Amino acid sequence: MSTTVQLREIASARSGDKGNDSNIGVWARSQGRYEFLVEHLTEEVVAQHFGALCKGGVTRYELPNLKAVNFILHDSLDGGGAASLRTDAQGKTLSLGLLQLTLDVPEELLA
Amino acid sequence: MGHDKRTVLIGNGQGFWGDSSRGPVQLARGGGVDYITMDFLAEVTMSIMQKMRARNPDAGYATDFVTQLERILPECVDRGIKIVANAGGVNPAACAAAVNAVVDKLGLKVTIATVSGDDVLSKLPDLIAAGHPLENLETGEPIAGHLDRVQSANIYLGAFPIAEALGRGADVVITGRVTDPSLVLAPLIHEFGWAADDYDRLAAGTVAGHILECGTQSTGGNYDQWRDVEDLAGIGYPIVEVEESGTFVVTKKEGTGGLVDVGTVTAQLLYELGEPTRYLTPDVVADFTSIQLSEVGPNRVRVAGVVGAAPTDSYKVSISTQDGWKTTAQLTVGGPDAAEKALLTADILFARIAEDGVTFSEEDRRVEVIGTNVLYDGMLGDAPAFQPSEVVLRVSVRSEDKSAVNRFGAELASLLTSGPPGLTGFAGGRPRASEIIGFWPALIDKTQAQGAVSVNEVKA
Repeated sequence: MSTTVQLREIASARSGDKGNDSNIGVWARSQGRYEFLVEHLTEEVVAQHFGALCKGGVTRYELPNLKAVNFILHDSLDGGGAASLRTDAQGKTLSLGLLQLTLDVPEELLA
Repeated sequence: MGHDKRTVLIGNGQGFWGDSSRGPVQLARGGGVDYITMDFLAEVTMSIMQKMRARNPDAGYATDFVTQLERILPECVDRGIKIVANAGGVNPAACAAAVNAVVDKLGLKVTIATVSGDDVLSKLPDLIAAGHPLENLETGEPIAGHLDRVQSANIYLGAFPIAEALGRGADVVITGRVTDPSLVLAPLIHEFGWAADDYDRLAAGTVAGHILECGTQSTGGNYDQWRDVEDLAGIGYPIVEVEESGTFVVTKKEGTGGLVDVGTVTAQLLYELGEPTRYLTPDVVADFTSIQLSEVGPNRVRVAGVVGAAPTDSYKVSISTQDGWKTTAQLTVGGPDAAEKALLTADILFARIAEDGVTFSEEDRRVEVIGTNVLYDGMLGDAPAFQPSEVVLRVSVRSEDKSAVNRFGAELASLLTSGPPGLTGFAGGRPRASEIIGFWPALIDKTQAQGAVSVNEVKA
């Protein structure tokens, strides 16, 4: 049995900028949820969620010690820093955008 | 100090230039730390400071630092708390002179040191001539063809020059550009005598610095589980209690607000992180996949197990360049059909400046109707059925042509009487062109630059 929920029901996140790339760190509070993230929160899923906002592709790194995955969204800040015309030129709100991704999550992970 | 001598307590009271003065005041008041660090520098800050110095040879540093020191220095001297800050910007000597004046005014006896040597702007032509192309790390292009646009060039120095300054008796160390975690690592090198090849402990000190460098982002600020955080108004600035082994505890002062738990520390560890196994500084390569976190008490998180490796042969250089002009116009749109009227307003604005032949390409203009998911470019689905009766219209342009950007800004006010109904909130005057500062990240061989330490004693 699984339920469709937003990512924020099972994970936390923070984002920031690295030049014209942004990074989004996502972490879980349990090993089961972390393993679910590794299997289902893939580069492809994140790239599809952000669509045209992320122009240069997505790279994912795993940090099992922190039950975390770190995403780099390449070319996602319209030039970044002082050059960007976006309100959120530093990608500070992108983590909260990712946490609104909907996923089918097994019910035992929601308890 | 009343604690075990084998533990060094470091608090960071400033996450960036513009952070609250609460930080240094809170950390100094009543003691309980051995060092207060303060981080003022972002990439864009260096070029702003370079421009300040071009206008006034005594400017080019973080003036807030001097004001804040005036408030805390008497208590710091009294309690033996030392201060390490990158407030020197592009002019550490001028910053030290300003601090000297405060020390004199307060009648204190304080040893002030500066760390410089990071500024390589005047050396760029020689470096290029000597075969250092300073290729852009993102594009591979050499800097030579862009020297006319360069505004500042600074190496990121490491922790050892700061540790040397502390070793020479400094109570206040003022640096130019150093890697942010160096401010925290340096006191640990000084206190514990960590060696340049003691990579695991240098990595642990670097991780401590990364956790502290954004101030209250590790104690419950900007935290997605914000409902778990009590008393954000009284948020505590972060403190690390570091053992000689490199193991440390992240905490904050008793009685302050905010939260330190595995979640808040994890959030900051992941902030602005790239490849986690290769966190590079001039002193060490830290492996963030080795970090072990555990909660050892209320608002106390233990950090252990950090592994490091030898650093690379290069310093990172941050070169800033003049990349054109931009501005942003903002209006509030009220009443029925607010979002539709906002889009019409933007169309009118661009049509009117086009009458004067001023146009911007699609990629050099951006229209945001705030309140309609613009932060996410619509990726969270279609606009909701609910139509707000007010939105904010934000229109931005950029160009190599400053006059085109200013022509755009000059057209905004007229819309209040010549656009759709309900336009208001035109405040702050006519939007003017501001310079776009670009960044040119490059590497340079470590043999080409080094930190320079200068120590002066100021008598009462």
